[in-house]
Amino acid sequence: MTVNEKVAIDHGLNKDEYEKICDLLKRVPNITELGIFSAMWNEHCSYKSSRKHLKNLHTKGKKVIQGPGENAGVIDIGDDDAIVFKIESHNHPSFIEPYQGAATGVGGIMRDVFTMGARPIANLNSIHFGSPQHKKTKNLLRGVVKGIGGYGNCIGVPTIAGQTTFDESYNGNILVNAMTLGLVNKNKIFYSKAAGINKPVIYVGSKTGRDGIHGASMASAVFDDKIEEKKPTVQVGDPFTEKLLLEACLELMADDSIIAIQDMGAAGLTSSSVEMASKGKLGIELNLNKVPCREEKMSPYEIMLSESQERMLIVLENGKEEKAKKIFDKWDIDFAIIGKTTNSKNIELYFDEKKVANIPIDFLAENAPVYDRKWKKIKLPQSIKFKKQDFKALKIENCLKKLLSTANICDKQWIWDQYDHTVMGDTIQKPGGDSGVVRIHGTSKAVAASVDSSALYCFAHPLSGGKQIVCESWRNLISVGANPIAITNCLNFGNPEKEKNMGEFVECVHGITEASKYLDFPVVSGNVSFYNETKDKGIKPTPSIGGVGLIKNYQNMISMDLKHTGNIILVIGKTIGHLEQSTFARNILSEKKGPPPEVNLFNEKNNGLTTLKLINEMLIESCHDVSLGGIIVAITKMCLKGRKGIKINQLKGLINKFEYFFGEDQARYLVEIKKENLPKVNNILKENSVHYDELGTVIDENIEFSDEIKLSIDDLEKTYKSWLRKYMIN
Amino acid sequence: MKSSVIIFPGSNCDRDMDVALKKFGFQNKMVWHNDDNLPESDLIVLPGGFSYGDYLRCGSIAGKSKIISSVINFAKSGGLVLGICNGFQILTETGLLPGVLQQNKNIEFICKNVFIKINNKENKYFKNIEKEVLELHIAHNEGNYFCSSDELKKLEDNNQIAVSYCNKDGNCDDNVNPNGAIRNIAGILNDKKNILGMMPHPERMIDKYLSGEDGSLFFKNLLNNLKK
Repeated sequence: MTVNEKVAIDHGLNKDEYEKICDLLKRVPNITELGIFSAMWNEHCSYKSSRKHLKNLHTKGKKVIQGPGENAGVIDIGDDDAIVFKIESHNHPSFIEPYQGAATGVGGIMRDVFTMGARPIANLNSIHFGSPQHKKTKNLLRGVVKGIGGYGNCIGVPTIAGQTTFDESYNGNILVNAMTLGLVNKNKIFYSKAAGINKPVIYVGSKTGRDGIHGASMASAVFDDKIEEKKPTVQVGDPFTEKLLLEACLELMADDSIIAIQDMGAAGLTSSSVEMASKGKLGIELNLNKVPCREEKMSPYEIMLSESQERMLIVLENGKEEKAKKIFDKWDIDFAIIGKTTNSKNIELYFDEKKVANIPIDFLAENAPVYDRKWKKIKLPQSIKFKKQDFKALKIENCLKKLLSTANICDKQWIWDQYDHTVMGDTIQKPGGDSGVVRIHGTSKAVAASVDSSALYCFAHPLSGGKQIVCESWRNLISVGANPIAITNCLNFGNPEKEKNMGEFVECVHGITEASKYLDFPVVSGNVSFYNETKDKGIKPTPSIGGVGLIKNYQNMISMDLKHTGNIILVIGKTIGHLEQSTFARNILSEKKGPPPEVNLFNEKNNGLTTLKLINEMLIESCHDVSLGGIIVAITKMCLKGRKGIKINQLKGLINKFEYFFGEDQARYLVEIKKENLPKVNNILKENSVHYDELGTVIDENIEFSDEIKLSIDDLEKTYKSWLRKYMIN
Repeated sequence: MKSSVIIFPGSNCDRDMDVALKKFGFQNKMVWHNDDNLPESDLIVLPGGFSYGDYLRCGSIAGKSKIISSVINFAKSGGLVLGICNGFQILTETGLLPGVLQQNKNIEFICKNVFIKINNKENKYFKNIEKEVLELHIAHNEGNYFCSSDELKKLEDNNQIAVSYCNKDGNCDDNVNPNGAIRNIAGILNDKKNILGMMPHPERMIDKYLSGEDGSLFFKNLLNNLKK
């Protein structure tokens, strides 16, 4: 095939980019070379629209061993233990083929983690679907959940937490973000930087097929009417092979045979070989006839661009080939020496004894285009003055029931019942809590992890929204008694070539940066997913934040279920009753306008650290952060989990009860304490200038607002637990 | 007491089982599926997971693996063989236990706590166990036990239905049947009562910080019975 501008454009490159390639090479690339450029220069691999802004992220901290730029981030959790973690999107493929798209998303992120020498110990996910009424939503949800479960369950890694939301902006572009945590000895971490010349380059894992060719390019474009035709670009997962690959890699990693290792994710063999060589400032030479292929007569172009799953590229020490091969033979995994490192600084490919590509590595990596895209600042929306009569006809008990059965608040057990969340025998907080918690096997430590996003807030005001999610992640970790350490982010946005979308991205990133700096909660890994757009309709900006924290002694972990009748419930943090952008405003008042709740980072930090102090001093029986649906939804969940009730005190403040109970002000926690501990708790809160209210007293049953208004826990439970199951059955 | 846990490619509860057995005093060894011989053992365990990816049919390829003939010989000579989850599926595939495990009735993977009622205590696994009902954990896609009516009659006549899904008070009905298993069967014994296959995972319930502690009872009791 002759390469020209049209062919380049069909590969997703633009005219300028094609010209730049010809200028750099001082010739027209051949088709294999063009394929390689298009794979390395697409948005997904090159971060060309986002790179400029990602540089500003707060990525350093005392506990950070490895920040962004590697397969995953690494943090220190003491005693030579380190946690490797990352979140990644698999949005485009999951919309086209939900089962395989989601499954390979989980497979890909686990490979990123075990590539670094870590055994995966927990999976999480953040998944977002269109309106429940949309005709595709149900099947997409079913397929994605089955895909996540199908992969994670088979590998035997527990899925410990997640988040599911519904919004019409995802009708044409669902989001599937998968996160994995792995455990590694901090002195035995493996990196992707190749070193040394004439070192053997080894291919291990599944054979290469024609699946997933141009997957990364597909993920770098908007959808149109013809998306069904893109099905062949979706990869097919084989969790069984991944399980064998995982065990074989960890076995090989037990000694020092490996110089560098990189999984073949987006853009397959192309990006893995280029990245390893680029980081080591080396060249690489591959003989493509040596690559194990699943199909006959695959061309160099297809071999280089295939995104077949469950494959790894390794640069090995000389002389270790036999030993390594033995391990992979034992696990019945393909092992092939396909090339070597060189000092040419070029990637050189051979096929049928001919050189089929020769490109300086720098052109693909360092010289990849970087764009400073135009972006529009988004103003804080005007505040809405709710009037007395807006609330006049409303009854608090009806509002609560309605919110409990909305798609975004209702119980998600239908989902996590399908995920194995107890395998590995260390899950001490299951899905459905503020964070999932797994013990570090054989120690007294545990790690907590949570994943959050707030697209409505980010859509209303990206800067506040960006800050808010980081804070929510921090709160979710504190609520289980964990010390927040670091985050990973998955930045899901629309088309960056539009100023508004780019503005949303830039300002969300600002918000994330500001909050993570203030809270000393650095970003150690992540990815960007642009072009979540179909026929000109983009998603609401949806950065997902995955937070990780440490519990030094897992016996002190806190859960949200109410424990004992007679205990007192406090609201830590001040309630001013911010209703705009709340679930209440949207679902009860049908009001979508107004600014999101203000994020005050000082209060966030102070309230959080003080709550953590109360937990560490063993003064807290249960804890839950206040988020969607406000105080009343939060306390209801605590009641349902603990099968207890609450007698709520008469309100004292000036704000009306709807604002108090349903407002979504930030930096708040509900805590259950023993009566006798109240003076101590009061002292600590006062000393730290933390505002608190006494919400009420734990009773055996019912949520009681007054003698007249009593809601039975059984009724509330039915309302809360039935929506999703009913929706999926009908 | 000596135990051996067989590792098949795709097993994923092998470590959890090893941890549990050791915690309660077994000297446990891990055995690779391609090995020829079993180490000297008082108990052989086939752990949960997705042996060989469960691609053909759950447990079917593991049922033909190299080590399995030694396991069959061991079982036929009266040795104790315990199969949990995928291990249960493998035992039915080898023919050591009757029946099959079909896909769950709701065609979904199910991971949750369940109660099981102990129907037969005249065996090494449940003899002397203090409780009548245990709370254990299930995590499977194919746990829907089925067998022919002749086989079912034999199981019942011979008191081979070891454990059945029930509520916390020990009542078995359709509401507490998680996967559609015939007669709420959660686990069965062979006619000599030395082989037990069951879907619930006792190894996931071995301390109070996990989903529960009834798995501890199971292992402690089994060890004591073996010592006698």
